[in-house]
Amino acid sequence: MEGIWKKKDLLSLYDLSPEEITYILDTAEEFKKVSQRKVKKVPALRGKTVVNLFVEPSTRTRMSFELAEQRLSADIINISAETSSLKKGETLLDTAKNIEALQVDLIVIRHSAPRAPNFLAKRLKAGILNAGDGSHSHPTQALLDIFTIREKKGKIKGLNVSIVGDILHSRVARSNIWGLLKLGANVTIAGPSTLVPREFTQIGVRVCDNLRDALEGADVINLLRIQHERQQASYFPSISEYTNIFGLNKESMRYVKPDALIMHPGPINRGVELDSSIADGPQSVILEQVTNGLAIRMAALFLVAGCLKGRDTSQ
Amino acid sequence: METASSRTLLFDKALMDTAILSVAQSIVSEYSPKDIPRLAFIGIQLRGVPFTERLVKIIGKLTESTPEIGTLDITMYRDDIGMRKALPVIYETKIPFDINDRIIILVDDVLHTGRTIRAALDAITDYGRPSYIKLAALIDRGMREFPITADYVGKTCILSGEKRIRVSWTETDDEDAVYQIEKKTQGTK
Repeated sequence: MEGIWKKKDLLSLYDLSPEEITYILDTAEEFKKVSQRKVKKVPALRGKTVVNLFVEPSTRTRMSFELAEQRLSADIINISAETSSLKKGETLLDTAKNIEALQVDLIVIRHSAPRAPNFLAKRLKAGILNAGDGSHSHPTQALLDIFTIREKKGKIKGLNVSIVGDILHSRVARSNIWGLLKLGANVTIAGPSTLVPREFTQIGVRVCDNLRDALEGADVINLLRIQHERQQASYFPSISEYTNIFGLNKESMRYVKPDALIMHPGPINRGVELDSSIADGPQSVILEQVTNGLAIRMAALFLVAGCLKGRDTSQ
Repeated sequence: METASSRTLLFDKALMDTAILSVAQSIVSEYSPKDIPRLAFIGIQLRGVPFTERLVKIIGKLTESTPEIGTLDITMYRDDIGMRKALPVIYETKIPFDINDRIIILVDDVLHTGRTIRAALDAITDYGRPSYIKLAALIDRGMREFPITADYVGKTCILSGEKRIRVSWTETDDEDAVYQIEKKTQGTK
C-alpha cells in the first residue's frame, strides 16, 4: 500500500497534517527496532548522499542525524560554519547550489535565520530537512518529543502538556506547540512573562504566569533550557531568580502528578531549570528522548528520500 | 486504484484452501521429525502474513508441534527508493526468535519478479545466519526479473506483465479469494 508521505522536504510541523505527523511517528517505530538489532543498519539510503550543513553549531542534533544517516547506509558530508565558505562571505544559496552541483540528494540544515530551510527548499531539487532554524522551528525535536509521549502514554489526544521556560526564543517550544495541538493535546506554556508571548492564547494555548498552575494536572512537563546564547537583552533579573520561580526541584515536584513525564530537549543546565535528582529520577524520559530522536530522524530521512522522484540522475 | 469491473476471480476459498494444504504437506514431507522443531516461518508483509498463519496452523496439526512465526517488512531493503511517487507503508517486522542455525521458511502470497524475495533475503540475513532459507508462495505468476525460484508453490499461473494477481484474505480484505486484475496504473509487486 502506498504511504501518504509526498513531501520532498521536512521544514516545520506547521506545514503538516495530523495524518502526516502520525505517519512519521508510525514509520519511526519500525526504524527504532533497527537500532535494537545486532546489525544496526539497513540499505534504505544506499547510494544517496546527504550533506549536513550546520551553519549554527550543534552537537546532539548533528550527531543524531549523522548516526541516522549511517544506519540508513547513506554517504555523508559534514559542513560546519567554521569550516565553510560562508565564513568567506559566500551566500547561503551559493553554498547550497554548490552542494547540489555535486549530485547531493538530501541537505540537513541548521541555521540561525528563521526559514532558511524553506528558502533553500524552494530553490533546490535536493530534499531539505530542517535541523533547527533560529527561533522558528525544529521539527525533528518536536517529533521525537511527541513520539516519546505517545510511546509512554499510548496517545496524544486529550493529554495535558506543559512547556516551561523561554518560549519566546524556543524553536523547540514552537514546534511542539504546533505538533501537539494538531494531534489534539491541551498545551500550557509557562515562564517569565517577558519570555512567554501572550499571542499563543490565540491558537488555543493556555498561558500560565506561575509554575504551580502549569504543573498541576499535567501529564507531561517539557522543560526548556535557559538559552544564555540567545539572550542579548535581560529578560529576567538573574539565573538564580529564574531557578527559584520556574526551576523544577523537589519542592515544586509536589505539584507534579506521580505518572507525569519529565522531558527536556537537552543539554540540561543542571540545577537551573531542572534539579539533578529529577533529571535522573524515575519520571524522567530525557535519555529515551535521545534514543527516539535517532528513530525519528531515520524515518524523516527515509520518507523525504522516498519523494525525490525525478531528480535521480541515473534514471 | 483498480475498479471492481477490471478484476476476474481466479480461485475461490475452496481452491485457496487446497493450495495452502498442498504447500503445508510438501513442507512437512520434506523434513524428518528431528528437523521439524528447527522450522520457523517468516511471512512477508502484508499478504504473506495471513498465508503464514494459515500454513503454520495446518503444519502444527500435521506435525503436532507449534512452529514459530515472524513477520518481515522489506520496505527498508527495496531497490527502488526514490524512484517511486511515494514509499509504501512500513508494516511491522517481528522476528521473536533466534534465526541462527534454523530452517527458515520465507512465505509470501505471490511470487512475481523476485525483487521482494531478494530484499527479504538481505533483510533476514541481517538478523543472523539460518542453516537454510526456503521459499513458499501461494501463487507463482511467473515474469521473474531475478534468478529466484520457490521451493513450495500452491498454484502456478503464468500471466503476462500487464496483469496483476491480488490475493485477498479475510484477515486483511474481508474475503478469501484470488483475483486477476488488469493493470491500469503503474503498479509494483
